[in-house]
This record gives sequence, structure tokens and C-alpha cells, in this order.
Amino acid sequence: MARNKEALLLLIDVGPSMHSVLPQLQKVCSMLLQKKLIYTKYDEVGVVLFGTEDTNNDLTTEVGGYQHVVVLKNIKVVDGDIVEALQELPRGTVNGDFLDAVIVGMDMLIKKFGETNKGKKRLCLITNAQCPIKDSFEGTKEEQVTTIAKQMTVHGMRMESIILRGKLTQDANKRIMDENDRLLNIFSKETSTRLLYVEDSVSLFGALKTRNVTPSSIFRGDLELSPKLRIKVMVYKKTVEEKFPTLKKYSDKAPPSDKSATHEVKVDYEYKSSEDNDKVVPPDQRIKGYRYGPHIVPISAAEWDAVKFKPEKGVKLLGFTDSLNVLRQQYMKDVNIFIAEPGNTKAILAVSALARAMKEMNKVAILRCVWRQGQGNVVIGALTPNVSDRENIPDSFYFNVLPFAEDVREFQFPSFTNFPPSWQPNEQQLEAAANFIKMLDLTPQGSEEVLLPDFTPNPVLERFYHYLELKSKHLDAAVPPLDDTLKKITDPNADLLLQNKSVIDTFRTSFELKENPRHKKSRRLLREKWAVSNEEEGKGGITAQPANLIEYTSTVKVENIGDLTPVQDFEAMISRRDSPDWVMKAIKDMKNKIFDLVEDSHEGDNYPKALECLVALRKGCTLEQEPKQFNDFLRHLCNFCQEKNLRSFCEYLASNGLALISNTEAADSEVSDVEARNFLVKHEPKVE
Amino acid sequence: MDFDADDFFRDDDDDLHNQFSLEKETSKEFVVYLVDASPKMFTTTSPSEEEGKDETHFHIATSCISHSLKSQIINRSYDEIAICFYNTREKKNIQDLNGVVVFNVAEREFLDRPNARLIKEFDSIEETFSKNIGSKQGIVSATRENSLYNAIWVAQALLRKGSAKTVDKRMLLFTNEDDPFGSMNGAIKSDMTRTTLQRAKDAQDLGISIELLPLSCPDEVFNVSQFYADLIGLEGDHLVDFMPSAGNKLEDMKDQLRKRMFTKRIVKRIKFMIANGISIDLNSYALIRPTVPGAITWLDSVTNRPLKSERTFICADTGALVEESSRRFHPYKNQNITFSMKELIEIKRVSTGHLHLLGFKPLNCLRDYHNLRPSTFLYPSDEGMDGSMCIFVALHRSMIQLNRFALAFYGSSSRPQVVALIAQDEVIQSGGQIEPPGIHMIYLPYSDDIRLIEERFSDSSGMVPKASDDQIKKAADLIKRIDLKDFSVCQFANPALQRHYAVLQALALEEDEIPEMKDETLPDEEGLARPGVVRAIEEFKTSIYGENYDEESEQPAGKPSETSRKRKAIAEFATKECGNYEWGDLADTGKLKDLTVVELKYYLAAHDLPVSGKKEALISRILTHMGK
Repeated sequence: MARNKEALLLLIDVGPSMHSVLPQLQKVCSMLLQKKLIYTKYDEVGVVLFGTEDTNNDLTTEVGGYQHVVVLKNIKVVDGDIVEALQELPRGTVNGDFLDAVIVGMDMLIKKFGETNKGKKRLCLITNAQCPIKDSFEGTKEEQVTTIAKQMTVHGMRMESIILRGKLTQDANKRIMDENDRLLNIFSKETSTRLLYVEDSVSLFGALKTRNVTPSSIFRGDLELSPKLRIKVMVYKKTVEEKFPTLKKYSDKAPPSDKSATHEVKVDYEYKSSEDNDKVVPPDQRIKGYRYGPHIVPISAAEWDAVKFKPEKGVKLLGFTDSLNVLRQQYMKDVNIFIAEPGNTKAILAVSALARAMKEMNKVAILRCVWRQGQGNVVIGALTPNVSDRENIPDSFYFNVLPFAEDVREFQFPSFTNFPPSWQPNEQQLEAAANFIKMLDLTPQGSEEVLLPDFTPNPVLERFYHYLELKSKHLDAAVPPLDDTLKKITDPNADLLLQNKSVIDTFRTSFELKENPRHKKSRRLLREKWAVSNEEEGKGGITAQPANLIEYTSTVKVENIGDLTPVQDFEAMISRRDSPDWVMKAIKDMKNKIFDLVEDSHEGDNYPKALECLVALRKGCTLEQEPKQFNDFLRHLCNFCQEKNLRSFCEYLASNGLALISNTEAADSEVSDVEARNFLVKHEPKVE
Repeated sequence: MDFDADDFFRDDDDDLHNQFSLEKETSKEFVVYLVDASPKMFTTTSPSEEEGKDETHFHIATSCISHSLKSQIINRSYDEIAICFYNTREKKNIQDLNGVVVFNVAEREFLDRPNARLIKEFDSIEETFSKNIGSKQGIVSATRENSLYNAIWVAQALLRKGSAKTVDKRMLLFTNEDDPFGSMNGAIKSDMTRTTLQRAKDAQDLGISIELLPLSCPDEVFNVSQFYADLIGLEGDHLVDFMPSAGNKLEDMKDQLRKRMFTKRIVKRIKFMIANGISIDLNSYALIRPTVPGAITWLDSVTNRPLKSERTFICADTGALVEESSRRFHPYKNQNITFSMKELIEIKRVSTGHLHLLGFKPLNCLRDYHNLRPSTFLYPSDEGMDGSMCIFVALHRSMIQLNRFALAFYGSSSRPQVVALIAQDEVIQSGGQIEPPGIHMIYLPYSDDIRLIEERFSDSSGMVPKASDDQIKKAADLIKRIDLKDFSVCQFANPALQRHYAVLQALALEEDEIPEMKDETLPDEEGLARPGVVRAIEEFKTSIYGENYDEESEQPAGKPSETSRKRKAIAEFATKECGNYEWGDLADTGKLKDLTVVELKYYLAAHDLPVSGKKEALISRILTHMGK
């Protein structure tokens, strides 16, 4: 069976103080199991509740005690039944004792697996740790916790404690909380325990690690500082993008009665000669061709192997450099982590010394890496220190790939200092901006950072899992709206905006958004624009020569349709006669403009303008004998509006009597008078 | 609304794709390089003799062009170019005008895609120039000959091809003569000036842009306003900063020229929603993207003709040919859940396609592992409103001042993502822009994208060794010794890519030898062998490893790792098992195929051969090994 199969025991506090967050917890936990159903469906899961009215666990029956702990689901392979149970967690009535729950959980895991499955047994404790645990019979609470933690290590269990704080809890006794924090800290020190404090619902969604991928190293060997000094390291991926699952193509050809049908679609590729369409070329008769300009150079795999670049495996230091020489935006890919070989004290020390020195001096190391023998390329990257502030976690490095010379496109952009004065903010505007930035702070004092990537779930994936679950019950369920919690990731926090309304308003009023009158002119010659704004000075600067008699700064011809006077622009453009292309360009640009207007319209505020444009376009198309252009466009636009819930626009057009161009107006039109007039009217009820 | 399924299901490289599609549709580029070849271009006026270099402006111009051709053939080989010299002795052009030579090679149109031969021959232009083309001042008062006029005319005629709508047409003019008609006077001068300017204006009216790449001598700065400001339509402020404060070094000049020869391409237009209805328009650019060797085309090995690939869909249950299905499915709880494309697109649409500001954080909240893909550069669109430009500049400046970055949600259709927006101030070095001013958009990982490696290797005994102050000090000494002072990110060429194209070029030109490339990425062995460095390394080594480092590292085989022990055990077992078979007999009688794959692998493992592949591959590998 699957190598990464893990056993997970959820220990959930359902006591009275937890009631307010239980709805969210239900979502989070069932989401966790749904993901397991998708990715690791052989994993085993059990659920233990504490703080319940009832008591139901083996330890009570065997040795007594352990009140108010209920085993909701025994450990079993994950299935829909557990998902459902988690969606309806009972509300408890008693203050729960998390230590009891931990012991019950450990007991279950030991009974079920004994010494086996080392490292793949996981306890996940979710509580707000606001209620005191019972005093132990012998020794202090600390000693008791230490003993339990030791046992946990012996049996190869991991624990994850998710502690709800901040917005997720009410006020509670500070002393008890501190004591509990101290106790929980013992777990994190003594065992491989992640201790997480979660302050808002978004982080709660993100905190539960769902896929426990066993990482595999991409490199093991020496970090070579010089031929004489090598440090044993292992390199792992630190970030890897979790992709949207690849769905298979569905075939409905199999009869519905066929229960064993796979419904899969196989994709077959055949290579055919370009001259003779029926001739299939077998794989051994194909040869790879590489493009070099217009040439395609054929090279067989064997030839290529003989000549291609073959670097030696190894990770070598090129040197250290100031961290300012490497900019954040130059990181190219997902990130790797370099850790010293575990158990190799000397290597751990060497990494630690380098990392700490680099951090102190603000330096990064530049490395040249070839991870595997036979790899076709080298990687240049920057090693940055990752100094650990926890006693049981060694120092390490992060490694980011840097670009090669070929990868950098050296585009030039106008300097802000060269912008015309109207684009330069004044003192007051700068202050408004600075205030705005300061107030919209996501790292409020005294609480955790908001939307920390490490705790931010992927809204698309979460939504997909949710939808999958819905569909498994009702095949034709509609896509659910984005969960309110997840909306906090995609949209600005409404509370934060409300709190700072006055700052935002000041910011807004400091910058009056008026349309740029210059933007009509050619975009390509940006400099021309400045030339216009500096017309006066420019003219003075150049000595009068006969050449200047040529009208150089004459009226710039309209080449684009702007926002301000689209109709006029369109008319000017369509009547330009220096090239026949202008007519088509004018029509095309106008269409785009109309689309933009309709699409950006808020409760119909752009409709009058859009209609104006449409009328102009209609006139232009009639004059230029391009009725098809207009008619097709109008049909397309209407279809678009029907689908986009902008039906009100079609109604608006109909009420203003806009019609297709008929063949009486323009001979080329294929539309009759009646058809033209009825277009919008009859179009309404049905969607084409 | 119709949709393209692939559009929504392709990978994270959507920037890359978008960019390519944008390039194909709108901005194919036709470029004519106009190079002044007058005697003045050949004088070596550079005072950089202390560097032992003796370069002419002509050399700078041609080497820039050659460089840009080489990168163009890799990146954008569909663009078409022509190279045109003026002020020449010979003439070669369609109009048969004096003093203008269009440089070309066999089997190529004047304006065409660059090919291997062109690049190769242009590389040796300086040797062949005087023989085949020759330099000669072509603006002569007496004969009213005007080679600049001719050159623009020739270039314009070359660029007549293709429609201005789909193609970007440019002339790039290299010259060191700021006053081409300076030697004339009176009516002739004004007449020549006027006709030349008119010629240029006509070209510009046809949608051709003319760009000037001036080369100035150190003692005499190129004065754009003498003549060329009118030709290319420069005025006012822009005139002032057109010539970057005269970078005197030739290397810089080369660098700057090279940068100017590429036009920017917008990847996407993005609306940045700030708050309460304030929004500004931004253009996004891909400033850094990995360059990869071009796509593979399959050829028929007999005819070397390209092959067409055809895709067919076959129903796995019935074997019937089917149309590409618009439904997808995913197994879940023992059933197949099907989705329509529309539903899948809807799932991904968690936000409008815009960029929504969420708030601000101090820069140190952006950790080094918060990265997934190359960043995207944002610059305000000049089509927007005055106020929005102003907002952008104000936010940009304040973010830099307050050391903060903005957190935003970017709702692209392929992977909606949380992004960090970092303001980058303009960096200018020796007259050239090193970093453009603007905002970099960095794609942040989600919690599921981050792996907890450190925790996994935490020590359950509670304590791991951390370096002592003395050890840190030794490390600091070492770091000081091996310091790359002027490190710049793009100083290394990608050796694999260079090799790839060197091989292709050699094969395309049917050369026998493939030139050896220098791998710039290797460490500087000499530098590391300097006594100071060696001493620092030794001291650091001693402080960490004690005296016996060498013994430790010399005996890595002393305690083999678990995996290697396992591997060894397997090999031993295989050797033992292997002895049970009469391999020679089996092979001779063709009975190898009767064995199981496991059995076949005994032989392979025992003889240290790869054990991968299908059964047939294994058998053929065994036969080859036995020499049969």
C-alpha cells in the first residue's frame, strides 16, 4: 500500500468556550478529510472530542478517569462517513482537558499500531487552551507533560497543536492560558510538534497542513567552499506549487449499464509527413529538429549527447557578495533549502557559523549548482541565511535561482523625475499616500501578521474540494460561492477599510482623477507626448532654420480612440485618407471601446455613452459600406450581454430604437428592413 | 462567450504564453539597421588606450548589431531585419542609389529573418568591409549627393513590406556625425536639410519609427539638437536626457546601445484597484524570464522534412474515436465526478481579473522563501489619467520611504494568487539605467505550497549545536576574503544555452568544428588559491572541524549510508540469484523472453547495468552486454 500512508487522530475541543468557532472548525476539518479523499485515500483517520457531556473511551473503561472525552470515530480508512460526522460536531458542555485527550489519542494509536508506522502517526490537537488541565496525582503538571512527550517520541508520533487565539476567542483567564502555553511548549521542545497560534479564520484554514508529502532531497553531498573545504549538506524543496488537480477527459461512450467502464479518453499522437497525409512515420524514423532562425537543424539523440553541455555534479561556491547586489525580484523559481547533514555535528556547526556570519554582515553566497549527474544545465543562485531561533531546529540556508544574462530583458523605462509636473505628486499628496500606507497595515501591533503566506490557503483549491464534495452528493450542484473566510484573501478587509475611511477619503480627494487629455496621440512615441506638453520651451530652444518651416508640431493626427471624446476620435479616424487601413482600424477600435464601456458599466452609468458610440459606429459603417461589420458586432454584443447578465443594456438599446443596418441603407447588407428593426426585440427572450 | 479550454488549463507559465501570443499577434518587428560608414566612423578617437583597446565607432556599431542578431535569432527569430551601410564607396540597393549598401548573403531577401550565414558573415564584416563595400563620405556639396537621404529612402523602401497594423517597423540609425551637413553652407545646406527631414517625416507618416543611436567622442559630445532632434522629433525636456550624461567609457556605451535596440513589449494591461473605487491602469512587462532552447520540430529522418502531428481521442472503454470531450472528471469516493468546462472556469474565478490591494507590510515580512515564479514588472500606463500617474508615483515613493511592500490579490484566470508589490527605485550607473523605476510583482506561495523541512529535521533530543562566537568570527573572516565586489546578477551567460546555439550554428553552416565555449560559471580557482584566502579557509576549518578534517572527509565510505547499504545488499542478492541461470543458453535459444522481469533484472543488477525500461528493452540490453 501507499508508502506515505499516515494515521491522523484529530483531537478537537468542543467545550463551551469553543462554540463560537466550531462552525469554522467543522469546515476546516471536513476540508482536511476531503483532501485526504482526493490525494491520499488510504490514510487512516480517527476523531476524538473533549469537553463533551458524555464520556466514551477505552481508557475510562480500563483504568477509569478521562471523563468528558469521546471517541467520535475510531481510526479507520478515510471515508465520507467521517467527513459527515465532522460537519456536525456536537456542542460540549464541560471545559475540556486537552492533556486527557492527548493521552487517549496516544493510547489509541499505540493499541492500533504498536511500534509500527514510525513517523507516520500524527496527533492534531485543536483547542483554545483556555481551560486548566487537572492536577496530576504525582509530580507537577510539567513533569507529567514531559513524561507524555517522551513516550510520544519513543513511539514515533508527531503532534500538531493549533491554538486559537485573538479574534477567535473570548477573553479568558490570562494565568491559565500562560500555564497552558508553557505546557504546550514542552511538547514542542521534546517532540516533533508544531505549535501554531492562530488568530483569525483565514489562518485557521491555512494552518492545517493537509498533504504530508514526504520530502525527497534533490541533492545530497558536499557544499564546496573551496577544493579543500566541503560541508555535507542535503538540499530539499522549500516551496513547490500545489497545482490544480489534473482532471481526466470524460467519455460518455460506454453504456450506462457498464459498471466497470473507466470513461477515460486516450489521446493518441501520430506523426504524418507533411506531403502525404496518409503516410504515418514510425517513431524510429523520426529525428528531432531544432530551430535556428529560419533553419531547422536535424540532430539525432546520439549526436546531441556527444556534443551537448555536460557539467559535473556538484555544488560550488563562487563567492560572497553584498545582499544589496541581489534584488528580491530577481528570484526565478520555487525555493530550495540547504540543511546540514542531520547527525553530522561538524557540518551543522559549519552551516550555523556561516549562516550567522552572513546574516550579521548582510551577505549572500553565490553558488553554482549541478544537482544530478547528467543534468543538462547549471544553476546559479543565491544562498541566504535562515537563522533558527528555536533550540531544536538547526540553522540552514535558503537557495533562490538567479537569472542568466540571457534571461534578463533590459528594457528602459522613463525616469519618474522626467514626468511632466502634472504627474508629480506634491507634498500634501505624498503625505496622504504615506498615511494611507501606514494605516492599511497588515502587521498590527500586538497580534500576528495578517495573511502570512504560511497560513494562507489557496482559495481556488479550497473551492474545488468543496465543490467536489457537493457534486458527490448532487451531480448537478452549482458552483458554490466563495466562502466568506476565503473572501478575506481575495478582497480587502472591509473592517480595515471602514476603520480608516477618513484616511482613504483624504487620499482619494488629494488625487483628483481627471482624464489625461494627451492620451489620444500615438502611444509609440512616448516622447512626443512630453514634447507637446513642453511645446513652448521646445520651440524656443531650436534656432530658426528654414527646415523648421515644415510644420513639425502640426496637429497630431488621431490614431487612437480615447476615453474622452470617442465619437469625435472615431469620426476623425474613419475619415483619414492617408491609408485605407484607417477605416478598419477605426471600426475595430470603436468596437473595443464599446465593449469596454459596456463591460465596465456600473448599474448602467456608461450606457448612454456606449449608445452614442454605437450610433456613431452605425453611421460610419453605413457610410463606408461596411454594414456587415456593424451587424455582426451588434449581434455579438447582444449575445455577450445576455451571457454576462447585462441584459439591461440590450433593453436599453431596444428602447432607444437602435437597429441593424438593413439592405435599404447599405446595399451590401444581408439584413432586411423588418429583420433589422426586430432584431433586438425578438432577441430578448431566448439566448442564442 | 466562447472560451478556449487550453487557456484555462495550462500551467503556471501563463505569463510566458501570454507574452508569446501577444508577440505573434501584434508585434512582429521589422528593423533596418542604418550604419554610418563614413571615414569619421573609422577614426580611433577613444582615449581608452590605457585599457589597451583601440576601438572605432564602426566597430562598436557592428558589434552591437551582431550581438543583437545573435540574441534575436534565439528569442524572436520571426522578426525581420536588414543591415544597411551608408556613406559607402560601392552601392547595392534596389533603387540603385549612390553611397548605400544593403548588406546581405545568398538565398536571403534584403529584409528577411536573420539566418546563420548572415550572422557568420556579419561577424567578419570588419575584415571584408574595405574590400567589398568601402568607406566614402557621401554628402558632397558639389554633386548635391546626399547619402543620408538615400539611406532613409532605401530603408523606407525595404520596410514597405507588411502592414503597419501587424508589424512594428523601425529604423535604427548609428552615427557619430551630429551635423551631417556641417560642411555645406547657404542654400545647399538648407535645401539638403529640408529634403532629408521631409524624407524622414514621410517615413514616420507610414508608421515607421526612426531611432537614433548616437556615438559620441569623449572630447566632443554628440549634439542631438544640431540636426537629429528634428529628424527623430525630439523636443524639450526629452532632448535634454536623450543623451545620457555622456558615459565616456566605450563599454558603457555599448551596453546602453544594446539596451536601446530592444523595444518593450507589454504582457498584459492590469487594473490596480486601490480602495473605494480608486484604480489605476498598469502595464505589466516580463523583465526576467528563463530563456530556453527553442521548441523541437520532428522531422522525417529520411527526407528531413517536418512532420505534422495529429492528435486523436479514443474512448478507452469502447475504442471508438471521439471528439475532444468538453467534460472532465475526477474520481472521488468511488465515483467519477464530472465537470463541464464552464464549471471549472467558474471555480477558478474567485475574483475579477484585476489586482486588488489588500494592505501593506514592512519589507522584512517578505521572507526569502516566499517565492514561486519569476516576478512581473509593473509600470503605469500612460493612457490613463493624470491623477493615476500621480498616485502611482506617490505610492511608489512612499513605499520606498517607509520600507514597505503592498500585498495584493491578482485574479488571473489561470492561477489567482496573492502577490507582493515591491517598489523599485531607479538605479542609474555611468549614465545608463540599471534598474527601471516601477513596481515588481512577486508571486507568493500559499500554505499548501510551503514545506516544513526545518521542522522535519528538528532534533527530538531538544538541542542542536549552534556556532560559537569565535566560529562565527572565523566565518566572517572567510566571507570577507571571498568577496565578489561587483557581482551583478546577469553577469553569467547560460553555458548550456550558449553551447546549444553554438552547436546549432555550426551544424547549420555545416562547419566541422564546434567552437569551444567558456563556462563562465565555474569558480575562480586562482582566486581561491590566493594565500590569504587559503589561510582564512584553514582557520575556519580548524575552528569547526578541529585538526582532523581531512581524515574525516577522506573516509566517506567508512560508514555507508542506509540506502547504499541497501543497494549493496540488492546487488549481492542479485549476483547470487544470477548464478542460478544459464544465461548464455537462454539467450541462444531465445528463451530470455520466457523469464520474468524480476529474473531478467538479476542479470542486469549483477552486471551493474541499468534496470529501467520495458521487458524488451531489458532483453536487448542483456543481449548487447553478452555481445550477441
